[in-house]
Amino acid sequence: MANTVHIDIVSAEHEIYSGEATTLFAPAVMGEVGITPGHTALLTRLAPGVVRVQTADDDAEQTFYVSGGILEVQPTVVTVLSDTAMRAEDLDEKAVLEAREAAERAFHEQDARIDYAQAQARLAETAAQLRALRHLRKRSGRS
Amino acid sequence: MAVTREIRTKISSVGNTQKITKAMEMVAASKMRKTQARMRAARPYADKMRNVITHLGRAHSEYRHTLMEERTALRSVGVLVVSSDRGLCGGLNANLFRELLARMKSWEDSDVRVELGVIGNKAAGFFGQIGARQIGQTVGIGDRPGVDDLVGIVKLMIDAYADEKIDRLYIACNNFVNSMTQNPIMEQLLPLPESTDEALKFHWDYIYEPEAQDVVDHLLRRYIESLVYQCVVENIACEQAARMVAMKSASDNAGQLIEELQLIYNKARQAAITQELSEIMGGAAAIS
Repeated sequence: MANTVHIDIVSAEHEIYSGEATTLFAPAVMGEVGITPGHTALLTRLAPGVVRVQTADDDAEQTFYVSGGILEVQPTVVTVLSDTAMRAEDLDEKAVLEAREAAERAFHEQDARIDYAQAQARLAETAAQLRALRHLRKRSGRS
Repeated sequence: MAVTREIRTKISSVGNTQKITKAMEMVAASKMRKTQARMRAARPYADKMRNVITHLGRAHSEYRHTLMEERTALRSVGVLVVSSDRGLCGGLNANLFRELLARMKSWEDSDVRVELGVIGNKAAGFFGQIGARQIGQTVGIGDRPGVDDLVGIVKLMIDAYADEKIDRLYIACNNFVNSMTQNPIMEQLLPLPESTDEALKFHWDYIYEPEAQDVVDHLLRRYIESLVYQCVVENIACEQAARMVAMKSASDNAGQLIEELQLIYNKARQAAITQELSEIMGGAAAIS
């Protein structure tokens, strides 16, 4: 049997993914981390971004979008507790682009009423969603 | 004749009420299925979160978080009360409030102050009326609450705990056993109950990124939020189930009432006819 680690990706409202994998890439706040089986115990926060899971049947890679959360690594099990998570296939590109435009507008308008930090966070989220989409497109274009 | 007409209007008005309660029963039944599904969907996150928290409890961290430490003196407790927004759901809220009032009384007898955090219209109304001390309230969460609807109230309670305004935090809500049975329960949220499991006791700790304090603080807040969310979703499933049962018994009662009224109506009608007949007979006898 191939060397694998059990991965659980859950969001507050659903379970997104559960299964064995050989490698997991996740956007930790200090930079992207790659987790392989037997990794030492690690607890870190996640930034908005793309989580990629490589499964044992070599070429299959799955892409997920997370809006932030917590990554817990134990030697045999990895848990991604995300605030909101989605399979990249479920993202709606048009809605994402619109949301980014709205966030950009809010960011550039020098208006005291809008929360600057919130606009910035929203911008980061939409950028991460777009990255997930681009990643997915690149993969499907290749295969 | 006046009596029979009165009874007839009564029958039709009870019939209308029965139609309404029947419709509400069916609406509640379909909503119950959806809310139950939502309750089940929320479970994996809460389970995984609990696993991580248990691991964390066993890790020999150099940093002990304030939310994990038991306080020696118990001067005041906080209780998050989860209730429904709407009524007509049988004794669901009343049972919960009764349970909670008994606990509040025993705390107050031993000089422990009680501060409430209120979720749902019904609890807000009830505890507002009896003048209980409240830290905050959230009402009108609807049938499909998101975690973000609850963040505010949860933060208020955690901050009150961190500022030592309260020394313990409980949550009071209904536990969904099955569609016929819901039990009021009270659980301790803070400080986190110590894990007693002796396994995994060897010395180890996580690598924390970026800082233990930052990560653990974030994680614990998320944990409490997810527990509260779970309770709220469960309470909504309870509400729909209780409403379904209450409306079913209301429809049955209306049916019984209509049957009884129908009997009275028939008797009254018969009496009126008999009386009329005997009057005609009497009149005819007088003429001949």
